[in-house]
Amino acid sequence: METRKTIGKRRFSSLVTLGVFLLLYIPIVSLIVLSFNSARQGVMWTGFTLNWYVRLFSSPDIWRSFMNTVIVALVASTVATIIGTLSAIGIYWYRFKSRKYFQILIYTPLIIPDILMGVSMLIFFAALKVPLGLGTVIIAHITFCISYVTIVVITRLEDFDYSVVEAARDLGARSFQVFVKVIIPIIVPGIVAGFLLSVTLSVDDFVITFFVAGPGATTLPLRIYSMIKFGVSPVINALSTLLIGGTLMTALLARRFRKLIIG
Amino acid sequence: MNRSSLPGIVYSLPGIAWLSFFFLIPYIIIIIYSFLTPGIYGGVTLPFSLESYTRMLTSPGYWELLWQTVWISVMATVICLGLSLPVAYYIATSKRKNLLLTLVVIPFWTNFLVRIFAWMLVLGRTGLVNSFLLWTGLIEQPLQLMYRPATVIVVIVYMYLPYMILPLYSSIEKFDFTLLEAGMDLGANRNEAILKVLIPSIKGGIIAGVILVFIPALGSYAIPDLVGGTEGAMLGNLIAKQLTVARNWPSSSAISMIFLLISTLGLLVYLRMNAIQARVRRFRVREDYMKEQEQ
Repeated sequence: METRKTIGKRRFSSLVTLGVFLLLYIPIVSLIVLSFNSARQGVMWTGFTLNWYVRLFSSPDIWRSFMNTVIVALVASTVATIIGTLSAIGIYWYRFKSRKYFQILIYTPLIIPDILMGVSMLIFFAALKVPLGLGTVIIAHITFCISYVTIVVITRLEDFDYSVVEAARDLGARSFQVFVKVIIPIIVPGIVAGFLLSVTLSVDDFVITFFVAGPGATTLPLRIYSMIKFGVSPVINALSTLLIGGTLMTALLARRFRKLIIG
Repeated sequence: MNRSSLPGIVYSLPGIAWLSFFFLIPYIIIIIYSFLTPGIYGGVTLPFSLESYTRMLTSPGYWELLWQTVWISVMATVICLGLSLPVAYYIATSKRKNLLLTLVVIPFWTNFLVRIFAWMLVLGRTGLVNSFLLWTGLIEQPLQLMYRPATVIVVIVYMYLPYMILPLYSSIEKFDFTLLEAGMDLGANRNEAILKVLIPSIKGGIIAGVILVFIPALGSYAIPDLVGGTEGAMLGNLIAKQLTVARNWPSSSAISMIFLLISTLGLLVYLRMNAIQARVRRFRVREDYMKEQEQ
């Protein structure tokens, strides 16, 4: 745009931006580089090795926590996506008595600090004498994912013309048919985006899981935590590098998928 | 539009039920527990008492920790804002917006703990910064960069920076830059124009960013736990300690109450702002409509 050029050369803001990008990337890049370094300690380069990756893949503990993470993420995201999508439709299109209460209920988990949610759920489960395990982790993850799915689906509904639903109804479709044949196909991109967001949130969560996970329910973040806390070894660098690669791939896939659907 | 309220309730029922049971009730429980007496092996017993609150509020250690927590969070939020304003401005006026925005969020996709750990590699005794300084000969002994309040601030800034950059970016993006020119034509220099024209009109983005950074910063647990040590501890660590080590549920619940209070306050401010913005928008629409009618 013509007018923006006259504002100045943006020397200050470009310097700060460069600095911030260095700040953002130096830690991650050094971690990736160090995962191939043969030194056990420190950041001095002593030679290339894949040793830490070999050690990583031969650890049964890590495989188990990886499987736990996958199970929790898939189950929790599926349930949260179903509940969240229905909630979004209910909140966005309809006016009913408890709507205001429900809106507050949906938005509060987004702003409450994780530690508070973890502590309150731990006390809740303990008060009801529910044994901690994979089940409690899944319940906790569903609880914090619902809000995110709802918001993502609502943004999709905002571009949706409600008269389409009315037209379908005028043409004789019943409520259930309208839902399956009209509403769902149109908001699929929102549903997929909500599901993927849930998966990333679930895989990433440490604090809430830390409080509600019992023995045998160690997820990958919990495993990383204990590796950092008790005995740092370059195996964490290797695991971290794989996680970074994995999330990047998922994000790229999600983008492609979105393009594919939207066309 | 004539819509009955029944379908709305049917659609919302699973969500209302789930969140009421697993989100609302746990909070009600900790509110009640904060007024009970600790049981001997964890748990709670009657009678109701204010002991958890009086003990908390009369302990100097608690006030120190609360002060440190607020101070760390305020510093982190201010630094985030200071760094994000120029970055958001640069991105919003750049030709490669999408690329730059993607670069901002990529580190954000990286696992939370991995990002903390990456900083331990940078700041540790044998880490990147110390190795570099030793190599240049600027220092002879490695510096103690870990386990300080400042370490916690740096890592919090790193973690929550995108939360500040993104809302600022979207409000600067909507800003009409001809207004800056108008300000300059009227005699303001560039910095004055930015300060008095740009900043006030992106107030919404600033407030959103501040809330999005300050509240999670206040509730930090993993960051001070891993990089703060005893010197850089925050309130979140005390809550966890009261719960898992001391097994004092009422005390842990009472400390949690302060978080609940601040977060609710933040949410109210946020909703209020949205409501005000919506009202302004409606008002503008009505004005335009009236103008059209006059013509």
